[in-house]
Amino acid sequence: MTLRAIISTKLGAYGYFAIALAVAIALLFAWVFFKGGYLLTVLQLAMIYGVFCVGLNFFMGYTGQASFGQNAFAAIGGYGSAILTVQYGWEPILALVVSMAVAGVAAVVVGYPTLRLRGHYLAMATFALGLITYDVSVQWTDLTQGYMGYSGIPPLGIGPFTVEDDKLKLVCLAVILALGVWVSSRLRHSRFGRALRAISSTELGAAALGIRVSRYKLLAFIIAALYASAAGSLFAHTVGFISPEVFGLQMVVVTFTMLYVGGIGTVLGPAIGAVIASLLPEVVRSTGRFQDIAYAAVLILMLIFVPKGLSTLASIGRRRPIKAGAEG
Amino acid sequence: MALLEVRGLTKRFDGLVANSDIDLDVPEGSLFAVIGPNGAGKTTFFNMISGFLQPTSGTIAFAGVQITNLRQDRIAAMGLVRTFQLVQLFGGMSVAENVEVGCHLATKGGIGAALVRPPWFRHQEADVRAKALELLDFVGLGVQAEQEATLLPYGQQRLLEVARALAAKPRLLLLDEPAAGLNAHETEVLADIIQRVNRQNITVILIEHDVALVTRIAHRIAVLDFGRKITEGTPDEIKRHPEVIAAYLGTEEAAHA
Repeated sequence: MTLRAIISTKLGAYGYFAIALAVAIALLFAWVFFKGGYLLTVLQLAMIYGVFCVGLNFFMGYTGQASFGQNAFAAIGGYGSAILTVQYGWEPILALVVSMAVAGVAAVVVGYPTLRLRGHYLAMATFALGLITYDVSVQWTDLTQGYMGYSGIPPLGIGPFTVEDDKLKLVCLAVILALGVWVSSRLRHSRFGRALRAISSTELGAAALGIRVSRYKLLAFIIAALYASAAGSLFAHTVGFISPEVFGLQMVVVTFTMLYVGGIGTVLGPAIGAVIASLLPEVVRSTGRFQDIAYAAVLILMLIFVPKGLSTLASIGRRRPIKAGAEG
Repeated sequence: MALLEVRGLTKRFDGLVANSDIDLDVPEGSLFAVIGPNGAGKTTFFNMISGFLQPTSGTIAFAGVQITNLRQDRIAAMGLVRTFQLVQLFGGMSVAENVEVGCHLATKGGIGAALVRPPWFRHQEADVRAKALELLDFVGLGVQAEQEATLLPYGQQRLLEVARALAAKPRLLLLDEPAAGLNAHETEVLADIIQRVNRQNITVILIEHDVALVTRIAHRIAVLDFGRKITEGTPDEIKRHPEVIAAYLGTEEAAHA
């Protein structure tokens, strides 16, 4: 298969834009690599937020539901990893996987009753979930060490091989994010993904075609929780320190921004949004005390001129194919 | 035994009786129609059969199995698939993708299969794609396959809903006012499609306003008024029935006038 064929069949309308984007991101990475320093950390965090957003996109993008409480699952991942590695000396990888399992179970327990709610009610219920988790992480000091948080969390690694170097960390995180995007793409373009997207548009229509709406919503919620937990664990192992503030309301606001800037409901949007929204504060920093205003202005301009997100720039002005082959 | 057996079906909304003690037998393979003036309770009746509303009392049996109070998706899985008076297309998806969603019941595979993509899954995806295009050709929307579904003209959106419902391989297809808002030509096309569907041994129940359409294509017609079934019979019987004339034109005197 030629490169061109791969682009047109696998990536569809995103084809050329994806290539251009890949080149731009590769250049950015190369530059940051060469320069090193603070921007390395910024990009590391962008990758971690990216993982979180790709997961959140399953629930909010593909399935069209609102969750303001996904930070709760990131907290489970972060604290799970911190406690298991620092207190009990577990392998980081194992701690990450076990934390994800715990987050998954928590998502079932929380999701089963709350996903009966819709729209604003679901948003409020999930919002409460995030707030409760924050309070728990502050108050349950025996488990979480309160505001002090956990420090000295070991970096990721397998056996004797650990990822200590900041540049290597970034590479590993980028690979993990790419894996997350790949999973998202595979699931979106399948019977499962179609069912989620159908629900996002009309639950009545989906149910009439035999789709078990509540079951699919719960599955999307669980997937989002797994990604969030992984992101929380990655944060803990990358930064080496966590506290309640890491998984607070700020996280909800930041990730929502990323999701909408990049393009909610698209495959690449969440990852793109995470990178752009992470770098933007660094770019506008040069405006000194106006940086918050500049940041907000850029976001507003993006939402006005690219309301469906940066990842949809590609399809603007493109002609759609008349009829794709049966193999498409 | 009829494919669909409705007994004493009643629905009350607080004080309002939307459906009162309706009995209905729809034989397998028939093209059945339910007519009645606005507010006669036709859509309420459909909503109960398809599981979108719980009846206050009464029973519904499909292919000999009780389906009263079953969830919508389980009823659909048994082969009873409906369309909506207010079209419920999937926005943000192409015309073809809408029909592909319709193949949900006729296919299998969840998260694991989507990730691993074993050969059977890839074949199935190709089949789904081919099936969608075939059904779109069947309703005359083949050329629009890649268009955004909700940008189709209204008449074509209705046809797309029919194609999507057919993808679920129904034994019984419920069409809720499929001709509403269609012009004469579109209604003609729709009538032809409904008859071709019925000839594929799919039983059809049609709710309609357009009496001319119904009396032309239906084998049997039930008439609802004020939530009650006032009569049932062949198109010729219905056209001559005094109560039907009264229900549609107000009073018998008006009919004679």
